[in-house]
Amino acid sequence: MSRVLSYEEKDTWIHRLSGVTKLIFFLLWSVTSMISYDTRVLLVMLVLSLVIFAMSKTKWQQVGTVFKFIMLFLCINLIAIFFFSPGQGTKIYGTETPLWHLFGHYTLTEEQLFYEFNVMLKYLTVIPAVFMFIVTTNPSEFAASMNKVGIHYNVGYSMAIALRYIPDVQDDFSKIKHAQEARGIEMSKKAPFVSRIKSMASIIFPLVFSSMDRIDVVSNAMELRGFGKHKKRTWYSARPFKRNDYLTLAFVILFVIAAFIITFRDGSRFYNPFV
Amino acid sequence: MKSKFGIKEVVAIGIGTALFVALTEVQIPLGFIPNTALQPRMALMGFLAAVFGPIVGGIVGLLGHALGDALFYGSVWWSWVFPEAVVGIVIGLFAAKFAIKDGGFATKEIVLFNIVQIVANAVAWIVVAPLLDIVIYAEPANKVFAQGAWAFLGNIIIIGILGTLIAIGYSKIGGKSSSLSKED
Amino acid sequence: MEPIIEFKNFSFKYRSQKEPTIKDINLAIYPGEKVLIVGPSGSGKSTLAHCINGLVPFSYKGEITGSYSIAGQNPEKLGIFGLSKLVGTVLQDTDGQFIGLTVAEDIAFALENDMIPQPEMFERVARVAETVEVQSVLGNAPGALSGGQKQRVSMAGVMIDRVEILLFDEPLANLDPATGKRAIELIDQIHREEKTTVVIIEHRLEDALTCGADRIIVVGEGKIVADMTPDELLSKEILQREGIREPLYVTALKYAGCRIAADSLPSDIRKMKESGSLEKYKGQVGEWFRQTTVPERKQNDEVVLEVKNLDFAYTSGKPVLRDVSFRIHKGEMLSIVGKNGAGKSTLSNLICGFLMPNSGSISLHGEDILNRSIKERGESIGLVMQNPNQMISKTMIFEEVALGLQVRGVAPEEIEKRVHETLKICGLYPFRNWPISALSYGQKKRVTIASILVMNPDIIILDEPTAGQDYRHYTEIMEFLKEINKNSGITIVMITHDMHLMLEYTDRALVIAEGQLLADEKPSEVLTDDVLTQKAYLKRTSLYDLAVGCGIGQPSDFVDCFIYYERENGRKKEVES
Repeated sequence: MSRVLSYEEKDTWIHRLSGVTKLIFFLLWSVTSMISYDTRVLLVMLVLSLVIFAMSKTKWQQVGTVFKFIMLFLCINLIAIFFFSPGQGTKIYGTETPLWHLFGHYTLTEEQLFYEFNVMLKYLTVIPAVFMFIVTTNPSEFAASMNKVGIHYNVGYSMAIALRYIPDVQDDFSKIKHAQEARGIEMSKKAPFVSRIKSMASIIFPLVFSSMDRIDVVSNAMELRGFGKHKKRTWYSARPFKRNDYLTLAFVILFVIAAFIITFRDGSRFYNPFV
Repeated sequence: MKSKFGIKEVVAIGIGTALFVALTEVQIPLGFIPNTALQPRMALMGFLAAVFGPIVGGIVGLLGHALGDALFYGSVWWSWVFPEAVVGIVIGLFAAKFAIKDGGFATKEIVLFNIVQIVANAVAWIVVAPLLDIVIYAEPANKVFAQGAWAFLGNIIIIGILGTLIAIGYSKIGGKSSSLSKED
Repeated sequence: MEPIIEFKNFSFKYRSQKEPTIKDINLAIYPGEKVLIVGPSGSGKSTLAHCINGLVPFSYKGEITGSYSIAGQNPEKLGIFGLSKLVGTVLQDTDGQFIGLTVAEDIAFALENDMIPQPEMFERVARVAETVEVQSVLGNAPGALSGGQKQRVSMAGVMIDRVEILLFDEPLANLDPATGKRAIELIDQIHREEKTTVVIIEHRLEDALTCGADRIIVVGEGKIVADMTPDELLSKEILQREGIREPLYVTALKYAGCRIAADSLPSDIRKMKESGSLEKYKGQVGEWFRQTTVPERKQNDEVVLEVKNLDFAYTSGKPVLRDVSFRIHKGEMLSIVGKNGAGKSTLSNLICGFLMPNSGSISLHGEDILNRSIKERGESIGLVMQNPNQMISKTMIFEEVALGLQVRGVAPEEIEKRVHETLKICGLYPFRNWPISALSYGQKKRVTIASILVMNPDIIILDEPTAGQDYRHYTEIMEFLKEINKNSGITIVMITHDMHLMLEYTDRALVIAEGQLLADEKPSEVLTDDVLTQKAYLKRTSLYDLAVGCGIGQPSDFVDCFIYYERENGRKKEVES
């Protein structure tokens, strides 16, 4: 099972969409799920996310490890919210319906449960969107897409360079780490705090400094091939817009508008079943 | 404040982001509160900001954090992405004063670097991050401030120790060495 | 005809330096020529290349005096972008030049910057990809390419602009011998077919001359020392004086006492054979071979490291190493050779414990070490990485060398004693309180070797110890290794694709190809064996051709004779001077 999310080539209509469409979809989807606390909207979003996810033919192996990690994180976060503020639900929804007294001032209320359920939904609706974006978008398209949504190509190309050199840098990291381990520097968890930072420094120093040299080489190479000559540039791997792109964009924009209307119709971003 | 943005800066952002993402998984866990661990990548970002300025620092923070989150954790916590950029920008604003590339990163600059990074982290993690958490996720205030304070502590420690060390080391590399003589 | 590159009384001084790096040169290169520029590191040859492609003065600032022109135009007016339309540069660091996420994108990079519409890009990329034979890997990421493929992508990336001048900066530095030969042949083919002017900067003269050159320009201390045809140059003593290695067969002829004339075509051993010009040297060479007796080398029988039936695969079904077995004896100097990616580094990773084998055993002094940790193995087996910058983590020399002892909790007085001893052995003692940044690349390499040596390991493994070094630094490093091998009896294993290194400095070569140990033999045997060199992406040594051409029946003995003679006579002189 892969530890990191990565693009996998497949032939579904989602894969065939332009990276721009998917980037806009991903951003709008994230914004909506961040802002809305309307349970109905979030539930619809979750169901839609799952449907789209299924249509992309993404396999569990591609995302399983990462998904388990998020679930763990989500659980810890939900428990932490309860321990820090068992009355947050009551504060938001204005009523108090105790379910179960635990200890001290910790009482589990229906409102708290419902509030935390919404927090969970908010996380869950975003996860498939991120998975989709990463797993179905060819990294080569990232930069072109960012450029197309109005970000300067300098920043877009920075992104391309980052994606290009992540594997190289990871490789350097493990090579350097091994060589330093052979010299006797250990990354053991048992080591005292200060020596752990020192060990880390002995890996990060050579990594950072040799990367600084690389910055010079790469920028020379780019300059020699005319990067930055004009105000704009074209992209070899940009995907032209097709009918499905327009349909998808139209759908997501309409959906977002509808979601906002439903959410804010009663003047609050929270859907309140308690009053 | 001269903000140059040429090819070197583009590449610095690219390679810097690659380093930042590659270091995402390299963590020294601090405690039980989620999302908090000593992150060597913060030291890297602080160093890059101090060398290349606010634009590089800010964008490496933004892209690096968003991409690292997405690739490794399958989610993007925007409320923690933006503060990262804030740290990069604030430290970067003083890049010229640190004179790291010219080999001038001495005691005075080290003190300034650490004052700036502590202020930058305070703004980012004690003000911006909790506020965004409250606005976006309506999370309880005491929880997000505790989380923020924890992140603040972790980050000022790692930037203070590791970030300072990297800057000193790099400054020595760039520094002049005219007064050297062989010894017997 | 108007020259396409012309320098007139041209000097250049970097802003940060006191002395000019290029001093008052006059040089003309004509359209369609193929010119080789050679010179030791620091001679100014790279600066000269930067002047041609525009990195000087646009990226590296400085002061120009005199005049120069590229394709009849003033480079200072053209700017770096204008120049990039005329001059295509293929850098030495193919990983640094490979900017795109995939092959196709990288080739298209210059077109993207020129705002060429997508359909035209597709067409032009496809065409140029075919010229350099990378059409089948257009969608691959750089990580999935071999070193040779990456270099061809770099070539395609600059040829796509239909440049008039192709400039190659040490194209052979990172390639195995066979791939390097292919690269030179491809450059030659492009030169002939596209009529492009080709300028190659390289210090591996013999390999660069595989397909000939119109002229060789020798640069020394910022000046042009020689500008003549290869044949003429090889008949003179200029190369030796400037610290550039001549082709081996030329050196051998000189050892045999032959006076080489330019009209005997010394730039190509095959031509010497075909034209019959070799005939007149035959007698002298044969005589020299008969007179030189190579003493039998005695070998220590004590086994330090034994590898038995080693198997390794990252994913099952795709073996990287298969059934590899060998022994390394105490005090040996041994090379591991083979194509890039054949499994050489995997083997050293297994020995050091960075990877665990699927089956087989590794033992040190007869004891199994597979269950020992990386750190424990590091006490007896030291690894020196190729790039010293990836190993050095301290700013001061003393601290860097002391690091391994410090983390092992050795007492400070003991540390100081051992570090000082080691620094003396490595010739670094006078610099002990210097920052590492003040050292040259070769000296940094010594620091990394010292930092391993200080731990008294039984074996040192060096990954490409001389990569990117010119002849003088190469000799310096290798003589130094030979010295410590002789004086402290330490066993030295070198992973390399430098055939000179394996021939001259190692007693035995392990040849690895396709994950298998193909041969475990004397280097002189390996490099005179056609089948073996082909399988392992090596190149048969030119000494073989010389021996055969002179009617000597035992080419490998002839090679041994040459190496012995050089160790006894040639090398000493060079080190002394």
